[in-house]
Amino acid sequence: MRDVAIIGIGETQIGELWDKSLRELGIEAGLKAIRDAGVSGEEVDMLYVGNMSAGKLINQEHVAPMIADYAGLDDVPAVRIESGGASGGMALAEGYISVASGLDDIVVVGGAEKMTDVNDEEAKKILSSTADQEWETVCGATFDSLHAMMARYHMNKYGTTKEQLAEVIVKNHSNASKNPNAQYPREIPKNFVMNAPMVSDPLGMFDCAPLSDGGAAVVLCPAEYVDSYKGEPVKILGAGHGADHIALHDRREIGSMKATRIAAEKAFEHSKISPKDIDLAEVHDNYSISEIVAIEDLGFFKKGEGGQATEDGRTALNSEVSINTSGGLKAKGQPVGAVGINQAIEATIQLRGDAGDRQVEDARYGLTHNVGGTGASAVVHIFERWSE
Amino acid sequence: MTTPRFWREIEQRYRGIGVQCEICDRVYFPPREICPHCRRESFGKMNERELSGKGKVLTYTEVHDPHPDFKMLTPYIMAIIEMEEDVRVTGQIVDIDYEKVETGMEVKATMRRLGEESPEGIIYYGYKFTPIKEIKE
Repeated sequence: MRDVAIIGIGETQIGELWDKSLRELGIEAGLKAIRDAGVSGEEVDMLYVGNMSAGKLINQEHVAPMIADYAGLDDVPAVRIESGGASGGMALAEGYISVASGLDDIVVVGGAEKMTDVNDEEAKKILSSTADQEWETVCGATFDSLHAMMARYHMNKYGTTKEQLAEVIVKNHSNASKNPNAQYPREIPKNFVMNAPMVSDPLGMFDCAPLSDGGAAVVLCPAEYVDSYKGEPVKILGAGHGADHIALHDRREIGSMKATRIAAEKAFEHSKISPKDIDLAEVHDNYSISEIVAIEDLGFFKKGEGGQATEDGRTALNSEVSINTSGGLKAKGQPVGAVGINQAIEATIQLRGDAGDRQVEDARYGLTHNVGGTGASAVVHIFERWSE
Repeated sequence: MTTPRFWREIEQRYRGIGVQCEICDRVYFPPREICPHCRRESFGKMNERELSGKGKVLTYTEVHDPHPDFKMLTPYIMAIIEMEEDVRVTGQIVDIDYEKVETGMEVKATMRRLGEESPEGIIYYGYKFTPIKEIKE
């Protein structure tokens, strides 16, 4: 296995981008990443695209060759990777494996999702289809309600409070207010979160991440070649996948994600570092409860203590471990298939020292955590600041 | 959901038919061909097992932003039920006010209308859960 570096990053604005199509989002992000890396089109060996549901959202399958084609890379093999909300992170893992293995040298990994060409109700229904359609959603379960049941379980078992859930959201919005690429770059007060209209009890409107349009891309190359390119490198130290039952009810623990625990264990083992070494982590906060469950399962805090740790400010910017410095899915936005790449971009910006007002001081190790469905798939990557 | 997709699982949806692994005795609902615990050893050894329909509420929520097919019922109660056979099922709880639902409450499965293919299409039926003990007003 060869060491692999990210040498280029690029992302679009995230939001309700009425004037942009999926292919435009993919191309904009890809070209920015290629320019940042300083590679030329002819050098690209392979393109992976994370995308959850273009078939339902824009009635277009086979999106990877389409994006490659319109990016002027019609001779570059392009494959779409789908794993629900973890599509982007899984695509990154594929790119990492293909460079590490020696099969490819320059690989572009993109992620894109166009969610606002259908109405909000339809988009939510499509998002819910990453759960078990025949045994969960057919009975009336929505993606929101499955996470609400996770929240209720966590609250009952560990004493987590609605106020602690709100603290996650307040923190992520505060971080987003320092991120010009965020969909919602503004702070929101806690009472605003607490008193928002109910979506699925105990989760209110502000406990849920938005459904966004957006594209993101990174360029990977073997660590030994980084000097040939102008892009400032960040090393990918390790990766790990995890899996679990598709339906939430089939998992023994409702308040924990086995897929996350396994993915993290593998990634840490691979990287030869431990959770306490991590300076910043982008975790899959599609709901407030998801961040609390994630920071426990990733090993930053003991099971059941994630809510209290958040309330105590131990996950704030430049605290014990800076969680979701970008604003996370909640405030930076949730273009589902791109999320895993957006996370890797934030880790790269931080480890390059380019994060401006939200810079984690002396950041050396970063982690990204991307989840599919209610936890049937998860992928974790660990990154390290470049040192000669 | 299309008619054939629903029709294939009528046994499970109407009668609560699951399976039991002959090797480890674990019960699964819906039926599986392979026991995730015994894996290939269990192939061909998963026997039909009818659930009692009784269980306890493990976790629950009240849905205000509904799945589009259930708009008319909003708000409605969703729950994960731990069945007597130590298998869990997702379903709605009906015939009770949300404020009275609690974790550990005993419920039983009952056949109810779940939805329809289209305004003039066939109607889907399936299980929902009702409280076993009479709820005091």
